[in-house]
Amino acid sequence: MATFLEKLGNIDRRIIFIMMALAVIIPLSIRMSLPIPIGEGPSKDMYDAVEALPSGSRVLLSFDYDPSTMPELQPMAIALVQHLMTKDIKIVSMALWPMGVSLGNEALIAVSDSLGREEYVDWVNLGYKTGGGVLIVRLGSDIKSVFPVDYDGNPVDDMPVMDGVNKLGDFEMIISLSAGDPGVPAWVMMAGDRYNIPIGGGCTAVSAPQFYPYLSTGQMIGLLGGLKGAADYETMVRIGVENAPAGTATPGMAAQSVAHLVIMIFIILGNISYLAGKKKKGRVK
Amino acid sequence: MRLVIPLMITFVAGMIMILQFFVPATQSMGESLQEWYMIVASAAIFLGAVNLIQVHTHKIRFKLKNWKYSPVTIIGFSVMILTGLFLGIEPGRPFDYMFSQMMVPMGATMFSLLAFFVASAAFRAFRASNWRATLLLVSAFVVMLGRVPIGTMIWDRIPLISEWIMQVPNLAGQRAVMIGAAMGMVATSLRMIFGIERSYLGGAD
Repeated sequence: MATFLEKLGNIDRRIIFIMMALAVIIPLSIRMSLPIPIGEGPSKDMYDAVEALPSGSRVLLSFDYDPSTMPELQPMAIALVQHLMTKDIKIVSMALWPMGVSLGNEALIAVSDSLGREEYVDWVNLGYKTGGGVLIVRLGSDIKSVFPVDYDGNPVDDMPVMDGVNKLGDFEMIISLSAGDPGVPAWVMMAGDRYNIPIGGGCTAVSAPQFYPYLSTGQMIGLLGGLKGAADYETMVRIGVENAPAGTATPGMAAQSVAHLVIMIFIILGNISYLAGKKKKGRVK
Repeated sequence: MRLVIPLMITFVAGMIMILQFFVPATQSMGESLQEWYMIVASAAIFLGAVNLIQVHTHKIRFKLKNWKYSPVTIIGFSVMILTGLFLGIEPGRPFDYMFSQMMVPMGATMFSLLAFFVASAAFRAFRASNWRATLLLVSAFVVMLGRVPIGTMIWDRIPLISEWIMQVPNLAGQRAVMIGAAMGMVATSLRMIFGIERSYLGGAD
Protein backbone atom coordinates (compact mmCIF):
# COMPACT_ATOMS: atom_id res chain seq x y z
CA MET A 1 0.00 0.00 0.00
CA ALA A 2 1.37 3.35 -1.03
CA THR A 3 2.48 5.57 1.83
CA PHE A 4 1.58 9.24 2.15
CA LEU A 5 5.03 10.25 0.89
CA GLU A 6 4.68 8.09 -2.22
CA LYS A 7 1.21 9.45 -2.90
CA LEU A 8 2.70 12.91 -2.72
CA GLY A 9 4.53 12.21 -5.95
CA ASN A 10 1.24 11.68 -7.77
CA ILE A 11 -0.52 14.93 -6.99
CA ASP A 12 -3.19 15.65 -9.56
CA ARG A 13 -1.82 18.21 -12.00
CA ARG A 14 -5.00 20.26 -11.64
CA ILE A 15 -3.94 20.98 -8.05
CA ILE A 16 -0.57 22.22 -9.35
CA PHE A 17 -2.37 24.42 -11.91
CA ILE A 18 -4.66 25.88 -9.23
CA MET A 19 -1.71 26.58 -6.92
CA MET A 20 0.17 28.28 -9.74
CA ALA A 21 -2.85 30.38 -10.65
CA LEU A 22 -3.27 31.47 -7.02
CA ALA A 23 0.48 32.18 -6.75
CA VAL A 24 0.11 34.69 -9.57
CA ILE A 25 -3.39 36.07 -8.92
CA ILE A 26 -3.11 36.75 -5.17
CA PRO A 27 0.09 38.87 -5.21
CA LEU A 28 -1.26 40.89 -8.16
CA SER A 29 -4.71 41.31 -6.52
CA ILE A 30 -3.38 42.50 -3.17
CA ARG A 31 -0.76 44.64 -4.97
CA MET A 32 2.02 42.91 -3.13
CA SER A 33 5.22 44.88 -3.47
CA LEU A 34 8.80 43.72 -3.03
CA PRO A 35 11.88 45.94 -3.25
CA ILE A 36 13.89 45.50 -6.47
CA PRO A 37 17.57 45.42 -5.53
CA ILE A 38 19.78 46.91 -8.24
CA GLY A 39 23.27 45.49 -8.32
CA GLU A 40 25.99 45.26 -10.91
CA GLY A 41 24.93 43.23 -13.90
CA PRO A 42 23.72 43.37 -17.50
CA SER A 43 20.64 45.52 -16.63
CA LYS A 44 22.78 48.13 -14.88
CA ASP A 45 25.27 48.08 -17.79
CA MET A 46 22.42 48.75 -20.19
CA TYR A 47 21.13 51.65 -18.11
CA ASP A 48 24.62 53.14 -17.74
CA ALA A 49 25.25 52.93 -21.49
CA VAL A 50 22.02 54.81 -22.28
CA GLU A 51 22.70 57.26 -19.47
CA ALA A 52 26.13 58.02 -20.97
CA LEU A 53 24.64 59.06 -24.32
CA PRO A 54 24.66 62.84 -24.81
CA SER A 55 21.40 64.68 -25.40
CA GLY A 56 20.47 64.79 -29.09
CA SER A 57 22.04 61.40 -29.83
CA ARG A 58 20.20 59.04 -32.14
CA VAL A 59 19.23 55.52 -31.18
CA LEU A 60 17.69 52.81 -33.35
CA LEU A 61 15.12 50.85 -31.38
CA SER A 62 13.99 47.59 -32.96
CA PHE A 63 10.82 45.90 -31.69
CA ASP A 64 11.50 42.29 -32.60
CA TYR A 65 8.71 40.52 -30.73
CA ASP A 66 5.01 39.75 -30.86
CA PRO A 67 2.07 39.69 -28.42
CA SER A 68 3.01 36.29 -26.96
CA THR A 69 6.16 37.72 -25.33
CA MET A 70 4.66 41.14 -24.69
CA PRO A 71 4.23 40.68 -20.88
CA GLU A 72 8.02 40.51 -20.56
CA LEU A 73 9.16 42.79 -23.37
CA GLN A 74 6.59 45.58 -23.43
CA PRO A 75 7.51 46.91 -19.95
CA MET A 76 11.13 47.05 -21.16
CA ALA A 77 10.05 48.94 -24.26
CA ILE A 78 8.14 51.49 -22.20
CA ALA A 79 10.95 51.97 -19.66
CA LEU A 80 13.59 52.29 -22.40
CA VAL A 81 11.53 54.76 -24.44
CA GLN A 82 10.89 56.72 -21.24
CA HIS A 83 14.61 56.86 -20.47
CA LEU A 84 15.59 57.82 -24.02
CA MET A 85 12.93 60.51 -24.36
CA THR A 86 13.67 61.96 -20.92
CA LYS A 87 17.28 62.39 -22.02
CA ASP A 88 16.20 64.06 -25.31
CA ILE A 89 17.61 61.24 -27.38
CA LYS A 90 16.05 60.86 -30.83
CA ILE A 91 14.43 57.50 -31.44
CA VAL A 92 14.18 55.84 -34.84
CA SER A 93 12.22 52.63 -34.41
CA MET A 94 11.49 49.68 -36.65
CA ALA A 95 10.65 45.99 -36.38
CA LEU A 96 12.02 42.74 -37.72
CA TRP A 97 8.78 41.06 -36.57
CA PRO A 98 5.53 42.20 -38.22
CA MET A 99 3.55 42.49 -35.00
CA GLY A 100 6.34 44.33 -33.21
CA VAL A 101 5.47 47.50 -35.14
CA SER A 102 2.10 48.01 -33.46
CA LEU A 103 3.43 47.09 -30.01
CA GLY A 104 6.33 49.50 -30.43
CA ASN A 105 3.97 52.20 -31.65
CA GLU A 106 1.84 51.79 -28.51
CA ALA A 107 4.88 52.30 -26.27
CA LEU A 108 6.19 55.25 -28.30
CA ILE A 109 2.83 57.06 -28.45
CA ALA A 110 2.07 56.50 -24.74
CA VAL A 111 5.44 57.78 -23.51
CA SER A 112 5.69 60.55 -26.12
CA ASP A 113 2.27 61.91 -25.12
CA SER A 114 3.12 61.81 -21.40
CA LEU A 115 6.43 63.64 -21.94
CA GLY A 116 5.20 66.05 -24.61
CA ARG A 117 7.50 64.76 -27.35
CA GLU A 118 6.67 65.18 -31.01
CA GLU A 119 6.44 62.48 -33.66
CA TYR A 120 8.82 62.99 -36.63
CA VAL A 121 10.85 65.49 -34.55
CA ASP A 122 11.78 63.37 -31.54
CA TRP A 123 10.84 59.93 -32.79
CA VAL A 124 9.58 58.00 -35.77
CA ASN A 125 8.38 54.47 -36.37
CA LEU A 126 9.64 53.20 -39.73
CA GLY A 127 7.59 50.01 -39.60
CA TYR A 128 8.32 46.42 -40.57
CA LYS A 129 10.29 44.99 -43.45
CA THR A 130 10.99 41.35 -44.10
CA GLY A 131 14.53 40.05 -44.53
CA GLY A 132 16.00 39.73 -41.03
CA GLY A 133 19.80 39.71 -41.20
CA VAL A 134 19.88 40.70 -44.86
CA LEU A 135 17.65 43.69 -44.10
CA ILE A 136 20.12 44.80 -41.40
CA VAL A 137 23.01 44.61 -43.86
CA ARG A 138 21.03 46.75 -46.32
CA LEU A 139 20.32 49.28 -43.56
CA GLY A 140 24.07 49.42 -43.02
CA SER A 141 24.53 51.04 -46.42
CA ASP A 142 21.27 52.95 -46.99
CA ILE A 143 18.33 53.25 -44.60
CA LYS A 144 16.19 55.53 -46.73
CA SER A 145 16.16 53.19 -49.72
CA VAL A 146 14.89 50.38 -47.48
CA PHE A 147 12.42 52.60 -45.61
CA PRO A 148 11.47 55.44 -48.01
CA VAL A 149 8.29 56.03 -45.97
CA ASP A 150 7.47 55.46 -42.30
CA TYR A 151 4.77 53.23 -40.74
CA ASP A 152 2.08 55.83 -41.56
CA GLY A 153 3.27 56.24 -45.15
CA ASN A 154 4.98 59.63 -44.74
CA PRO A 155 8.25 60.20 -46.64
CA VAL A 156 11.20 59.95 -44.24
CA ASP A 157 13.21 62.55 -46.18
CA ASP A 158 10.95 65.31 -44.82
CA MET A 159 11.34 64.33 -41.15
CA PRO A 160 13.63 66.33 -38.84
CA VAL A 161 14.33 63.21 -36.78
CA MET A 162 15.87 61.58 -39.88
CA ASP A 163 18.20 64.50 -40.65
CA GLY A 164 21.71 63.12 -41.02
CA VAL A 165 20.51 59.54 -40.67
CA ASN A 166 21.45 57.64 -43.81
CA LYS A 167 22.98 54.41 -42.59
CA LEU A 168 23.33 52.36 -39.40
CA GLY A 169 26.69 53.97 -38.67
CA ASP A 170 24.85 57.26 -38.03
CA PHE A 171 23.31 55.86 -34.85
CA GLU A 172 25.07 56.11 -31.51
CA MET A 173 23.41 52.91 -30.33
CA ILE A 174 21.09 50.13 -31.49
CA ILE A 175 18.73 48.43 -29.07
CA SER A 176 16.81 45.31 -30.03
CA LEU A 177 13.98 43.97 -27.91
CA SER A 178 13.91 40.46 -29.17
CA ALA A 179 11.81 37.35 -28.66
CA GLY A 180 13.73 35.10 -31.03
CA ASP A 181 15.05 35.05 -34.56
CA PRO A 182 15.56 37.55 -36.18
CA GLY A 183 16.56 39.59 -33.17
CA VAL A 184 19.54 40.31 -30.96
CA PRO A 185 21.99 37.83 -32.61
CA ALA A 186 21.24 39.27 -36.06
CA TRP A 187 21.83 42.83 -34.82
CA VAL A 188 25.08 41.81 -33.08
CA MET A 189 26.45 39.95 -36.11
CA MET A 190 25.20 42.16 -38.94
CA ALA A 191 25.34 45.62 -37.34
CA GLY A 192 27.47 45.57 -34.20
CA ASP A 193 30.39 43.54 -35.50
CA ARG A 194 30.25 44.88 -39.06
CA TYR A 195 29.73 48.61 -38.46
CA ASN A 196 31.11 48.84 -34.92
CA ILE A 197 27.88 50.18 -33.36
CA PRO A 198 27.15 49.52 -29.67
CA ILE A 199 24.31 47.00 -29.37
CA GLY A 200 22.02 46.72 -26.37
CA GLY A 201 19.20 44.27 -26.02
CA GLY A 202 16.21 42.98 -24.16
CA CYS A 203 14.88 39.45 -24.33
CA THR A 204 12.67 36.92 -22.59
CA ALA A 205 14.07 35.30 -19.43
CA VAL A 206 14.25 31.92 -21.14
CA SER A 207 16.54 33.21 -23.91
CA ALA A 208 18.78 35.46 -21.79
CA PRO A 209 21.43 32.76 -21.04
CA GLN A 210 22.30 32.42 -24.74
CA PHE A 211 23.32 36.10 -24.97
CA TYR A 212 25.90 36.03 -22.16
CA PRO A 213 28.75 35.21 -24.58
CA TYR A 214 28.03 38.50 -26.40
CA LEU A 215 28.16 40.38 -23.09
CA SER A 216 31.49 38.86 -22.05
CA THR A 217 33.13 39.76 -25.38
CA GLY A 218 31.76 43.31 -25.34
CA GLN A 219 29.67 42.68 -28.47
CA MET A 220 26.70 43.77 -26.37
CA ILE A 221 26.80 46.70 -23.99
CA GLY A 222 23.99 45.43 -21.78
CA LEU A 223 21.02 43.11 -21.62
CA LEU A 224 17.59 43.21 -20.01
CA GLY A 225 16.63 39.61 -19.32
CA GLY A 226 12.94 38.86 -18.81
CA LEU A 227 10.62 40.51 -16.34
CA LYS A 228 13.53 40.99 -13.92
CA GLY A 229 15.46 43.02 -16.49
CA ALA A 230 12.35 45.10 -17.15
CA ALA A 231 11.77 45.65 -13.42
CA ASP A 232 15.44 46.59 -12.91
CA TYR A 233 15.21 49.14 -15.70
CA GLU A 234 11.88 50.53 -14.49
CA THR A 235 13.38 50.96 -11.02
CA MET A 236 16.51 52.70 -12.32
CA VAL A 237 14.53 55.00 -14.61
CA ARG A 238 12.29 56.01 -11.71
CA ILE A 239 15.16 56.87 -9.34
CA GLY A 240 15.07 60.61 -8.66
CA VAL A 241 11.98 61.17 -10.84
CA GLU A 242 9.00 62.57 -8.97
CA ASN A 243 5.55 61.14 -9.75
CA ALA A 244 7.01 58.71 -12.26
CA PRO A 245 4.29 56.42 -13.66
CA ALA A 246 4.47 52.91 -12.25
CA GLY A 247 5.41 50.23 -14.75
CA THR A 248 3.94 46.77 -15.01
CA ALA A 249 7.16 44.80 -14.49
CA THR A 250 7.84 45.85 -10.89
CA PRO A 251 4.45 44.63 -9.50
CA GLY A 252 4.87 41.50 -11.62
CA MET A 253 8.07 40.60 -9.78
CA ALA A 254 6.14 39.90 -6.56
CA ALA A 255 3.90 37.46 -8.43
CA GLN A 256 6.93 35.90 -10.09
CA SER A 257 8.66 35.54 -6.69
CA VAL A 258 5.70 33.61 -5.26
CA ALA A 259 5.33 31.55 -8.46
CA HIS A 260 9.01 30.54 -8.31
CA LEU A 261 8.61 29.54 -4.65
CA VAL A 262 5.55 27.43 -5.48
CA ILE A 263 7.42 25.65 -8.29
CA MET A 264 10.35 25.01 -5.94
CA ILE A 265 8.05 23.63 -3.24
CA PHE A 266 6.50 21.24 -5.76
CA ILE A 267 9.95 20.12 -6.93
CA ILE A 268 10.98 19.48 -3.29
CA LEU A 269 7.76 17.52 -2.65
CA GLY A 270 8.35 15.48 -5.81
CA ASN A 271 11.89 14.67 -4.67
CA ILE A 272 10.80 13.72 -1.13
CA SER A 273 8.33 11.30 -2.66
CA TYR A 274 10.96 9.99 -5.08
CA LEU A 275 13.53 9.42 -2.30
CA ALA A 276 10.92 7.75 -0.07
CA GLY A 277 10.01 5.38 -2.89
CA LYS A 278 13.68 4.64 -3.55
CA LYS A 279 14.33 3.93 0.12
CA LYS A 280 11.35 1.56 0.27
CA LYS A 281 12.56 -0.32 -2.82
CA GLY A 282 15.99 -0.68 -1.19
CA ARG A 283 14.42 -2.21 1.91
CA VAL A 284 12.38 -4.69 -0.15
CA LYS A 285 15.51 -5.88 -1.97
CA MET B 1 18.26 20.66 -66.24
CA ARG B 2 15.87 20.70 -63.26
CA LEU B 3 18.89 20.04 -61.09
CA VAL B 4 21.63 21.94 -62.89
CA ILE B 5 19.92 25.36 -62.98
CA PRO B 6 19.12 25.57 -59.23
CA LEU B 7 22.64 24.31 -58.40
CA MET B 8 24.18 26.97 -60.67
CA ILE B 9 22.03 29.73 -59.13
CA THR B 10 23.06 28.59 -55.63
CA PHE B 11 26.73 28.45 -56.60
CA VAL B 12 26.80 31.89 -58.24
CA ALA B 13 24.75 33.60 -55.50
CA GLY B 14 26.75 31.95 -52.73
CA MET B 15 30.11 32.84 -54.29
CA ILE B 16 29.09 36.47 -54.85
CA MET B 17 27.98 36.80 -51.23
CA ILE B 18 31.33 35.42 -50.03
CA LEU B 19 33.47 37.34 -52.52
CA GLN B 20 31.88 40.70 -51.70
CA PHE B 21 33.77 40.64 -48.41
CA PHE B 22 37.13 40.28 -50.20
CA VAL B 23 36.69 41.74 -53.73
CA PRO B 24 35.36 45.34 -53.83
CA ALA B 25 34.21 44.91 -57.45
CA THR B 26 31.61 42.32 -56.37
CA GLN B 27 30.13 44.51 -53.63
CA SER B 28 27.44 46.07 -55.83
CA MET B 29 26.41 42.61 -57.05
CA GLY B 30 26.15 41.49 -53.41
CA GLU B 31 23.93 44.48 -52.63
CA SER B 32 21.69 43.67 -55.61
CA LEU B 33 21.33 40.10 -54.37
CA GLN B 34 20.37 41.40 -50.93
CA GLU B 35 17.64 43.53 -52.58
CA TRP B 36 16.42 40.46 -54.47
CA TYR B 37 16.37 38.45 -51.27
CA MET B 38 14.08 41.00 -49.64
CA ILE B 39 11.75 41.01 -52.66
CA VAL B 40 11.65 37.20 -52.78
CA ALA B 41 11.09 37.03 -48.98
CA SER B 42 8.16 39.49 -49.33
CA ALA B 43 6.68 37.36 -52.10
CA ALA B 44 7.04 34.33 -49.82
CA ILE B 45 4.66 35.98 -47.34
CA PHE B 46 2.02 36.15 -50.10
CA LEU B 47 2.67 32.50 -50.98
CA GLY B 48 2.32 31.61 -47.30
CA ALA B 49 -1.07 33.33 -47.15
CA VAL B 50 -2.28 31.48 -50.26
CA ASN B 51 -0.99 28.20 -48.84
CA LEU B 52 -2.80 28.80 -45.54
CA ILE B 53 -6.12 29.26 -47.37
CA GLN B 54 -5.50 26.18 -49.54
CA VAL B 55 -4.62 23.93 -46.60
CA HIS B 56 -7.64 24.95 -44.55
CA THR B 57 -10.07 24.86 -47.48
CA HIS B 58 -8.85 21.32 -48.18
CA LYS B 59 -9.38 20.35 -44.52
CA ILE B 60 -12.95 21.71 -44.56
CA ARG B 61 -13.85 20.10 -47.88
CA PHE B 62 -12.74 16.62 -46.85
CA LYS B 63 -13.64 17.05 -43.16
CA LEU B 64 -10.13 16.06 -42.05
CA LYS B 65 -9.08 15.86 -38.39
CA ASN B 66 -9.90 19.05 -36.40
CA TRP B 67 -11.50 20.61 -39.52
CA LYS B 68 -13.86 22.61 -37.26
CA TYR B 69 -11.01 24.98 -36.38
CA SER B 70 -10.29 25.77 -40.02
CA PRO B 71 -13.28 28.09 -40.61
CA VAL B 72 -12.16 30.07 -37.54
CA THR B 73 -8.69 30.44 -39.08
CA ILE B 74 -10.03 31.47 -42.48
CA ILE B 75 -12.58 33.91 -41.04
CA GLY B 76 -10.01 35.47 -38.67
CA PHE B 77 -7.47 35.75 -41.47
CA SER B 78 -9.96 37.28 -43.92
CA VAL B 79 -11.41 39.76 -41.42
CA MET B 80 -7.96 41.04 -40.43
CA ILE B 81 -6.84 41.39 -44.07
CA LEU B 82 -10.04 43.08 -45.26
CA THR B 83 -10.29 45.54 -42.37
CA GLY B 84 -6.59 46.38 -42.70
CA LEU B 85 -6.82 46.87 -46.47
CA PHE B 86 -10.06 48.85 -46.64
CA LEU B 87 -10.31 50.65 -43.30
CA GLY B 88 -6.62 51.29 -42.58
CA ILE B 89 -4.29 50.16 -39.81
CA GLU B 90 -3.93 53.44 -37.91
CA PRO B 91 -4.63 53.56 -34.15
CA GLY B 92 -8.38 53.61 -33.48
CA ARG B 93 -9.31 51.70 -36.65
CA PRO B 94 -11.02 48.26 -36.43
CA PHE B 95 -7.77 46.51 -37.43
CA ASP B 96 -5.87 48.17 -34.58
CA TYR B 97 -8.75 47.45 -32.17
CA MET B 98 -8.80 43.75 -33.07
CA PHE B 99 -5.01 43.60 -32.78
CA SER B 100 -4.80 45.24 -29.36
CA GLN B 101 -8.01 43.82 -27.86
CA MET B 102 -7.96 40.31 -29.32
CA MET B 103 -4.58 39.26 -30.69
CA VAL B 104 -2.47 40.77 -27.91
CA PRO B 105 -4.35 39.20 -24.96
CA MET B 106 -4.71 35.86 -26.76
CA GLY B 107 -1.00 35.77 -27.62
CA ALA B 108 -0.01 36.67 -24.06
CA THR B 109 -2.40 34.01 -22.72
CA MET B 110 -0.85 31.29 -24.85
CA PHE B 111 2.65 32.15 -23.62
CA SER B 112 1.48 32.42 -20.00
CA LEU B 113 0.11 28.89 -20.10
CA LEU B 114 3.73 27.74 -20.16
CA ALA B 115 4.03 28.58 -16.45
CA PHE B 116 1.45 25.91 -15.60
CA PHE B 117 3.05 23.25 -17.75
CA VAL B 118 6.56 24.11 -16.52
CA ALA B 119 5.37 23.74 -12.90
CA SER B 120 3.71 20.40 -13.62
CA ALA B 121 6.65 19.07 -15.68
CA ALA B 122 9.23 20.20 -13.10
CA PHE B 123 7.26 18.45 -10.34
CA ARG B 124 7.19 15.15 -12.24
CA ALA B 125 10.59 15.14 -13.95
CA PHE B 126 13.04 17.19 -11.87
CA ARG B 127 14.45 14.39 -9.70
CA ALA B 128 17.76 14.26 -7.81
CA SER B 129 18.40 10.77 -9.20
CA ASN B 130 22.22 11.10 -9.36
CA TRP B 131 24.88 13.71 -8.56
CA ARG B 132 24.63 15.39 -11.97
CA ALA B 133 20.86 15.75 -11.70
CA THR B 134 21.31 17.05 -8.15
CA LEU B 135 23.83 19.64 -9.38
CA LEU B 136 21.36 20.75 -12.04
CA LEU B 137 18.58 20.92 -9.46
CA VAL B 138 20.63 23.04 -7.05
CA SER B 139 21.74 25.38 -9.88
CA ALA B 140 18.13 25.77 -11.01
CA PHE B 141 17.03 26.67 -7.48
CA VAL B 142 19.80 29.25 -7.11
CA VAL B 143 19.03 30.84 -10.50
CA MET B 144 15.27 30.83 -9.84
CA LEU B 145 15.79 32.56 -6.50
CA GLY B 146 18.45 34.87 -7.88
CA ARG B 147 16.06 36.18 -10.54
CA VAL B 148 13.39 37.35 -8.08
CA PRO B 149 13.47 39.86 -5.20
CA ILE B 150 12.55 37.19 -2.65
CA GLY B 151 15.96 35.57 -3.27
CA THR B 152 17.73 38.66 -1.93
CA MET B 153 15.40 38.67 1.08
CA ILE B 154 16.37 35.07 1.87
CA TRP B 155 20.12 35.66 1.49
CA ASP B 156 21.68 38.68 -0.21
CA ARG B 157 24.39 36.56 -1.85
CA ILE B 158 21.94 34.43 -3.86
CA PRO B 159 21.78 36.91 -6.80
CA LEU B 160 25.59 37.00 -6.89
CA ILE B 161 25.84 33.20 -7.02
CA SER B 162 23.08 33.16 -9.64
CA GLU B 163 24.99 35.69 -11.76
CA TRP B 164 28.18 33.62 -11.38
CA ILE B 165 26.33 30.54 -12.67
CA MET B 166 25.15 32.58 -15.66
CA GLN B 167 28.53 34.16 -16.35
CA VAL B 168 30.82 31.13 -15.91
CA PRO B 169 29.32 27.64 -16.39
CA ASN B 170 26.43 28.87 -18.56
CA LEU B 171 28.69 31.08 -20.65
CA ALA B 172 31.16 28.23 -21.26
CA GLY B 173 28.35 25.93 -22.40
CA GLN B 174 26.66 28.57 -24.54
CA ARG B 175 29.93 29.54 -26.22
CA ALA B 176 30.68 25.91 -27.05
CA VAL B 177 27.22 25.48 -28.56
CA MET B 178 27.54 28.73 -30.56
CA ILE B 179 30.95 27.87 -31.96
CA GLY B 180 29.82 24.35 -32.81
CA ALA B 181 26.67 25.66 -34.53
CA ALA B 182 28.66 28.29 -36.44
CA MET B 183 31.15 25.71 -37.70
CA GLY B 184 28.25 23.50 -38.74
CA MET B 185 26.62 26.42 -40.54
CA VAL B 186 29.82 27.20 -42.47
CA ALA B 187 30.22 23.54 -43.43
CA THR B 188 26.58 23.20 -44.54
CA SER B 189 26.73 26.47 -46.50
CA LEU B 190 29.85 25.32 -48.36
CA ARG B 191 28.24 21.95 -49.08
CA MET B 192 25.20 23.74 -50.53
CA ILE B 193 27.28 26.19 -52.58
CA PHE B 194 29.35 23.38 -54.10
CA GLY B 195 26.31 21.21 -54.75
CA ILE B 196 27.20 18.41 -52.30
CA GLU B 197 24.18 19.06 -50.07
CA ARG B 198 21.01 18.96 -52.20
CA SER B 199 18.21 18.24 -49.76
CA TYR B 200 17.01 21.88 -50.00
CA LEU B 201 15.98 21.17 -53.59
CA GLY B 202 13.13 19.04 -52.27
CA GLY B 203 14.44 15.65 -53.31
CA ALA B 204 15.00 16.46 -57.01
CA ASP B 205 17.63 14.25 -58.63
